[in-house]
Amino acid sequence: MTAFILRRSLQSIIVLLVMSLIVFVGVNLVGDPVDMLINPEADQFEIDRVIRELGLDRPVAEQYWYFMINAFQGDLGRSFVFGEPALKLIIQRMPATMELALFSLFIAISFGIPLGVYAGLKPTSKISRTIMASSILGFSMPTFWVGIILIMFFSVNLGWLPSTGRGDVATYFGITSSIFTLDGLSHLFLPAFNLALFKLSSVIRLARAGTREVILQDYIKFARAKGLGEGRIIRVHLLKNIMIPIVTVIGLEFGSLIAFSTVTETVFAWPGMGKLIIDAIYNLDRPIVVAYLMIIVLIFVTLNLIVDIMYSFLDPRVRIKGVS
Amino acid sequence: MAGKTATSGVVPASGWQKFWSDFSESPTAVGALFVFLVVLFIAIFAPIVSPTNPYDLASVDIMNSRLEPGSQDFEGNVFWLGTDGAGRDMLSAIFYGLRVSLGVGALSGVVALIIGAAVGLSAAYFGGRFETLAMRIVDIQLSFPSILMALVILAVFGKGVEKTIIALVLVQWAYYARAARASALVEKNKEYVEAAQCLALGDRRIILHHIMPNCLAPLIVVGTLQTAHAISLEATLSFLGLGLPITEPSLGLLIGNGFEFMYSGDYWISIFPGVALLITIVSINLVGDQLRDIFNPRLQR
Amino acid sequence: MDPILQIKDLQTHFFTKAGVLKAVDGVSLEIGAGEIVGLVGESGSGKSITGFSIMGLVDAPGRIVGGQILFKGQDLAKLSPAEMQAYRGNRIAMIFQDPMMTLNPVLRIETQMVETILSHDSSVSKIDAHARARDALGLVGISSPDERLRAYPHQFSGGMRQRVSIAIAMLNRPDLIIADEPTTALDVTIQGQVIHEMQRLCQETKTALLWITHDLAVVAGIAERICVMYAGRVVEQGPNANVIAAPMHPYTTGLLGSVPGQNRRGQPLQQIEGMVPSLMNLPTGCAFQNRCNLVSDICTSTNPDAISTKDGRLVRCHNIAAGDSA
Repeated sequence: MTAFILRRSLQSIIVLLVMSLIVFVGVNLVGDPVDMLINPEADQFEIDRVIRELGLDRPVAEQYWYFMINAFQGDLGRSFVFGEPALKLIIQRMPATMELALFSLFIAISFGIPLGVYAGLKPTSKISRTIMASSILGFSMPTFWVGIILIMFFSVNLGWLPSTGRGDVATYFGITSSIFTLDGLSHLFLPAFNLALFKLSSVIRLARAGTREVILQDYIKFARAKGLGEGRIIRVHLLKNIMIPIVTVIGLEFGSLIAFSTVTETVFAWPGMGKLIIDAIYNLDRPIVVAYLMIIVLIFVTLNLIVDIMYSFLDPRVRIKGVS
Repeated sequence: MAGKTATSGVVPASGWQKFWSDFSESPTAVGALFVFLVVLFIAIFAPIVSPTNPYDLASVDIMNSRLEPGSQDFEGNVFWLGTDGAGRDMLSAIFYGLRVSLGVGALSGVVALIIGAAVGLSAAYFGGRFETLAMRIVDIQLSFPSILMALVILAVFGKGVEKTIIALVLVQWAYYARAARASALVEKNKEYVEAAQCLALGDRRIILHHIMPNCLAPLIVVGTLQTAHAISLEATLSFLGLGLPITEPSLGLLIGNGFEFMYSGDYWISIFPGVALLITIVSINLVGDQLRDIFNPRLQR
Repeated sequence: MDPILQIKDLQTHFFTKAGVLKAVDGVSLEIGAGEIVGLVGESGSGKSITGFSIMGLVDAPGRIVGGQILFKGQDLAKLSPAEMQAYRGNRIAMIFQDPMMTLNPVLRIETQMVETILSHDSSVSKIDAHARARDALGLVGISSPDERLRAYPHQFSGGMRQRVSIAIAMLNRPDLIIADEPTTALDVTIQGQVIHEMQRLCQETKTALLWITHDLAVVAGIAERICVMYAGRVVEQGPNANVIAAPMHPYTTGLLGSVPGQNRRGQPLQQIEGMVPSLMNLPTGCAFQNRCNLVSDICTSTNPDAISTKDGRLVRCHNIAAGDSA
């Protein structure tokens, strides 16, 4: 088991290094950063000074080397706009984004799995058809437009929930989150639901497909032949088997929740790192863009690693293979 | 040609008739196809079917700004879906917006299809290092969400029509490459390819005339679903203000423009373009779902 | 011998879009307490559906439309799903064909055994349930059962898994076990072991056994009585020795002829010409008429009734006179 985790970690680090190179080349070498960095009225002396200071006169390989050394020390450059370390700005906003993404995931799983299993168990019933039709709709609706509809309906027309910003936060068990206050929850609900909708559809589809496949297996019929109740068959025999693909996909797609939160955060003015990156792209604030991408790549690689390890815990067949 | 595709089991023996009878098994899909054709018609003939030209300054009157749906101006023209902040007729703006959205979506789809199919087919046919490298890139790219890829590309290149199309192509090509390679790998090992190789036909000829026609079905399915995805992604990028410039007002831009009026209760400026977008995407997705069911022999009941 | 199971004129039909498929159409058979009965037939003869009908596990669109399944005098066909569930895995257990598919791949053997006990008697403590599971594994010849309980199904070979299935079936000391082709998916050497294991266990525990198979040779060795099915009906049933030694129904004769090893070396293996008719659209008269070499006019017009013979058989064939004995 340990060997398996070690080997996977090593692979992750390699992917991380390759991606850092791509991001570095992509953002720093396409276009001329000097144009963006330096005041157009600066004289040649000033320009040369900044170029030297940033190391832009050195070979590309060397530049990348210094970029990596700085990155390992937690220095991903300073924001042009805020004048503060890019990493610090992103870390500051990360809890808000994580809270949004996790809460959305919670909504997607807690509604998606029961609905999907139901639709898989009774594929011809009216309710199942409605569930599946809604999931195609949820799959097709662009996130930002759903967000607008939610704001129009719940904030403007009904006035039930606030439409912008993050609410009060409170700290329990060392976690600072808005889920601990009523005001925080009321601010969180609309954006989280918005972000969850897309994932909800895919969880429903996965759970339904898994259920329809597993329910036909001999081991389900054998479980019935043992005289088990339908409840235990669904909760233990069915659910444990369909959870493997669902956990894999959810884990891998948690990253896409964070990516899509850029849209939701913009619509709901949620003060997370997604809104920060959109603003940074507007303002050509490259250090922020680079830092954001590096963090996202790190998150993705880590998620992949966690999913692989969890997968081996859920599926005993993989676990054994991983050891040998 | 007909005989060959029939043996591969992709398109049933009697061609179009069989295809249509399979397709029309689902009334939903037929309805979706009809809706899509209407949308396509409107997009192509927007200048003819629109009540006004919303971008002709002479026909737009700022006095008519933010009129509710069904209002009339002094000359008796009815704005069925209301007007936006500049006094443009929303219905006409949506028709023109469809034109831009569908155009960008289709163009990027076609370019991505060509690039992706070329890479995927060659990877499958030639194999070796080229295949390993190409598929490694595809895998890595597909592990990142499309919105993120698009944001990076636009962050690097800046906004604009060509840049948005480039971003959409770069996001999509990997899906086509993967689908093309997967089906080409199956075809490659069939006897007719061996036969063609024995005849000493050129690689290009074998790929284009023998393998590709038999890989078309999965590519068409990926193509429909990806085009819907591209239209949605373009709308999202334009809404964020990172995609198309205001000179090419797609549905996403219209929605974005209407967003600020939402809080004052002028819902129609954002909602109706969104409905048009939704109708377009849903109809394409439903058609694509049905195509996938037809072409996938595993799912045939 | 008191019959523990008495099936009377069972009819299980499948209501498909294309029409009604009469998978089981008027099957009657009896199993005495502790008796081993072989139910033999080709695939599609309705033998497995008969087994599933007894278990109350016929999948939609099939359902029992007529007849009685009397288990110790209680008609199982009339029970509610909840009442039937109390019998399944408790008084009547079942073993399936493919041991690779019947155990849940993601649950430990222990979980799958203990739940079988607890779902029928929640008063049993976890420790007792564990002990019973371990004893059951030991009973079917699995060594170091404590260790094996913690294992997952993929860690067992096919033959071992089938032993586990048998152990699970035995857990609640059922009165009847239905074994649906339990050795078909196993290697020939393992087949023999499992067959003898089953025979020994049933004798020791006085459990009745309905052994469903397409292979007459398998049941010829262990069954006390044999029941031959064709196209949803029982065409011949009687004591093992009589049926094997002197089959009366032409179909049974054909089945015996097609078992390799019955013929002299070098002789071509006999086979039954033709195909099983579609159950959706059976001909009037005897269902076997198109493959029978004794066919006469009456066979194409009336379906033969079951005739009792002197040596205790029931045969559905117009060529047998009542009270006849071969």
